[in-house]
Amino acid sequence: MEKVKKGVRLEHISKIYQDPKTGKDFYAVKDTSLTIEPGSFVTLLGPSGCGKTTTLRMIAGFESPDEGEIYLGDEPINELTPNKRDTAMVFQSYALLPHYNVFDNVAYGLKLRKVPKDEIRERVMKILDLVELSGMEGRMTNQLSGGQQQRVALARALVIEPSVLLFDEPLSNLDAKLRVTMRTEIRRIQQEVGITAIYVTHDQSEAMALSDNIIIMNKGVVAQMGTPQEIYYHPVNEFVADFIGEANFLRGKLQRLEQGNAVLNVEGSELSVPARENMKPGEEYTLVLRPEAAHLADQGGLPCKVVLSCFMGSYQNYHVMVGNTLVKLEEHNPKNKRIYQVGESCRLVFEPESVHIL
Amino acid sequence: MARGQGAALDRKKLMADPIMVTTIVVLITFLTLFILYPLAILLVDSFVGDGGFGFGIFKRIFAMPNFTRAIGNTLKIGFVVGILSALVGLLFAYVEVYVRMNKFVGGLFKVVSMLPVVSPPFVLSLSMIMLFGKAGLVTRFLLGIYDNSVYGYWGIVVVQTLTFFPVCYMMLKGLLKNIDPSLEEAARDMGASRWRVFMDVTLPLLLPGIGNAFLVTFIESIADFANPMIIGGSYDTLATTIYLQITGAYDKAGAAAMAVVLLCITLLMFAVQKYFLEAKTAATLTGKASRARMLIEDKSVKIPLTVFCALGAAFVILMYICVPIGACFPTWGYKFFPLTGKWFGLVFSRYHGFKAFKDSFLLSLIAAPVTALLSMIISYLVVKRKFKAKGFIEAVSMLAMAVPGTVLGVGYIRGFSGGIFHTGFLQGLYGTGLILIIVFVVRSLPTGTRSGISALRQIDKSIEESAYDMGADSFRVFMTVTLPLIKDSFLSGLVTAFVRSITAISAIILLVTPQFLLITVQINEFAEKGSFSLACAFATILIIITYGAVLLMNLFMKYFGTSRKIKED
Repeated sequence: MEKVKKGVRLEHISKIYQDPKTGKDFYAVKDTSLTIEPGSFVTLLGPSGCGKTTTLRMIAGFESPDEGEIYLGDEPINELTPNKRDTAMVFQSYALLPHYNVFDNVAYGLKLRKVPKDEIRERVMKILDLVELSGMEGRMTNQLSGGQQQRVALARALVIEPSVLLFDEPLSNLDAKLRVTMRTEIRRIQQEVGITAIYVTHDQSEAMALSDNIIIMNKGVVAQMGTPQEIYYHPVNEFVADFIGEANFLRGKLQRLEQGNAVLNVEGSELSVPARENMKPGEEYTLVLRPEAAHLADQGGLPCKVVLSCFMGSYQNYHVMVGNTLVKLEEHNPKNKRIYQVGESCRLVFEPESVHIL
Repeated sequence: MARGQGAALDRKKLMADPIMVTTIVVLITFLTLFILYPLAILLVDSFVGDGGFGFGIFKRIFAMPNFTRAIGNTLKIGFVVGILSALVGLLFAYVEVYVRMNKFVGGLFKVVSMLPVVSPPFVLSLSMIMLFGKAGLVTRFLLGIYDNSVYGYWGIVVVQTLTFFPVCYMMLKGLLKNIDPSLEEAARDMGASRWRVFMDVTLPLLLPGIGNAFLVTFIESIADFANPMIIGGSYDTLATTIYLQITGAYDKAGAAAMAVVLLCITLLMFAVQKYFLEAKTAATLTGKASRARMLIEDKSVKIPLTVFCALGAAFVILMYICVPIGACFPTWGYKFFPLTGKWFGLVFSRYHGFKAFKDSFLLSLIAAPVTALLSMIISYLVVKRKFKAKGFIEAVSMLAMAVPGTVLGVGYIRGFSGGIFHTGFLQGLYGTGLILIIVFVVRSLPTGTRSGISALRQIDKSIEESAYDMGADSFRVFMTVTLPLIKDSFLSGLVTAFVRSITAISAIILLVTPQFLLITVQINEFAEKGSFSLACAFATILIIITYGAVLLMNLFMKYFGTSRKIKED
């Protein structure tokens, strides 16, 4: 596609809805500013009701923002109706036209654009080839499996060569295995076409697998934006840390700073971890520890007591109490390791570098 | 928080769509002019008399003993008919859903539910008189009773119950099917007898639905004009009193005030039904049946119930069959043989039958597609789009459901005979075929809209959004996506509108001018005069036309209805 790639920019976007029960207005999206680079794959991730779908629907044009302006490339698009916007959406329910076959579904957008018949045929076939549905063009959509229907929906969106591709939780109606296959497919196709894609999901592993950048939303505002690694290793707050992967929170008072290390008092024991900027002795800090970053041993680390020990196949799942704090951890490849039983006292060991200070 | 920008943008996006804007404006004009305005003018006319604004006219009509009696009569009949129809309907629905029936009885049920749809509203009154009246086939010739009178209170009650109970039966059948059988099985499992299960589980769940059926019938009954007209005798109801006030006493202001009273009663009932009972019915019966119900095979339950219902159904069918047979007797009440076709001959030779059928047929044929398309557009706007006037459009088109035909008829007379607000503007409309077509459209619009709305609600909103997103404007979305998806609903709306129009009488009888001969009006006239054979002949041909239309629709749907294929998914 020779088309110039376009990014999307949201400037101070807000959307206000009325609560149907109380009749009160509330911000579904509040003062959100985002820049999505041309050609990048960005995921809007968050729990239900966080405003991610509303944001996507504002970009598509189905909802109108109450504050702010949306730009496609450099062009403000607030006043454009969805049919005039250079975006194409893949819907959660696929939303294929049930009275058309696969070919006509994919060709629909091209017909509306009055593309000549021969060209329609050529472009549809090429796209169907890309989504690996060649030979299916005569089928009715209800004769297709969920995964195939989603490929048709994707093909239909791609064939009109939009500037931006929008995904509204497209895989949530598929079973777990197919979800994994399809997300690799979506990533492959997006990379092949090089299109800007905005993807809404509540599934963090989907977000991780797909995205160049993840935007985490909570209660209508952006909580954090960054690469998957940044968000996983350096969450800005407890919400992000807890939402992406599993997280343990250890709280401790900063005793002193020495040679770039912070020495904290955690549940009565001293713990030395690499310090971050602007730390002040005497203040309370929260430490994030990922379950896979720690293991149990007979010495070193923090004293703890096992309250749950459970074999999960690829790992042994432990719950331990460090003082009054519950810590969950996963000991991978447990076959040849010593298994701690419930009630045993032992030590919780982890590398100081794997701890992130909020 | 200011939602101004969002609203302004929504408005701008709407304005960018001229076809949509035009459609909305045209719709609002139509609804205002032909539903709201005639009702408004009734209010105005009944408050503004010769002596200026005041309650003078109301005082006058409430001083008329026959009017106050008519109110009492109407409410009493509505109440009794409502209860009887709901009960009979419940019995039929229960037997159909819960009892294993043989094919023959099932067929009888189907015919019974179908008959009131395809027949003109007053057919049962005709056959009631012919079977049980003074010269009735059953009363005089089988039982030798010479002075049986079917005219009056009981006549109306029986005829209306037989006419309206199939509606209750269909409504309750739908609800019963939605009751999850495991609820009842759980009660059985805990030791309840079948009767206790019915009383403790089924009936309480169904109660709002029964209330709903009762009110719907109640509204139908008090709005009914044709049956009380034919079989009421001197027992007047509101609808007939209003009619006589305008055609007999030429008291248009009085009739307007009476119409307002009738309208208030139906509106009140409608409001209760719509906002109270409908919501409750939906709330208690949301669950889908998780699996098939174990049908009752127990002979002590099955045989009496089936036999009773089968006899009832057979009786209703017999009543309907009586009409074509009646048209074939040489002289009703005196000479039954040999059967003759002379009445049909007379219909066409002496009584302008051909013109009557042509007029009725043509007017209905024009009204039907207009109604069907209009109701689909309204449903689309109401279900799929958001804009400011949406509430208005939905409310007014539903309001038409609560307006009795007689009221609408009086409203049109008052509203259009002297032009809009008696100014002479649009005066040319009155007395034309166009106004008859408009009345047909308005009378059938609510049914069509209702079926359109429920069909559209089943379609995932994102299907249309996806088409919109692909670049189609509203008009394209409607034509290429919405309409094909609700083809079945559109077709059935088309036929329903046609059937309702060609069998309509209550509003039309007030508005029709001598240049148009309408079948229903003819039937009414001959029945009034006592020429039952002629009335039957007209009615028979009418039933054949309507039944033909329904058959045609079913055939059409079988071969061209794509929606079914999609639903099978």
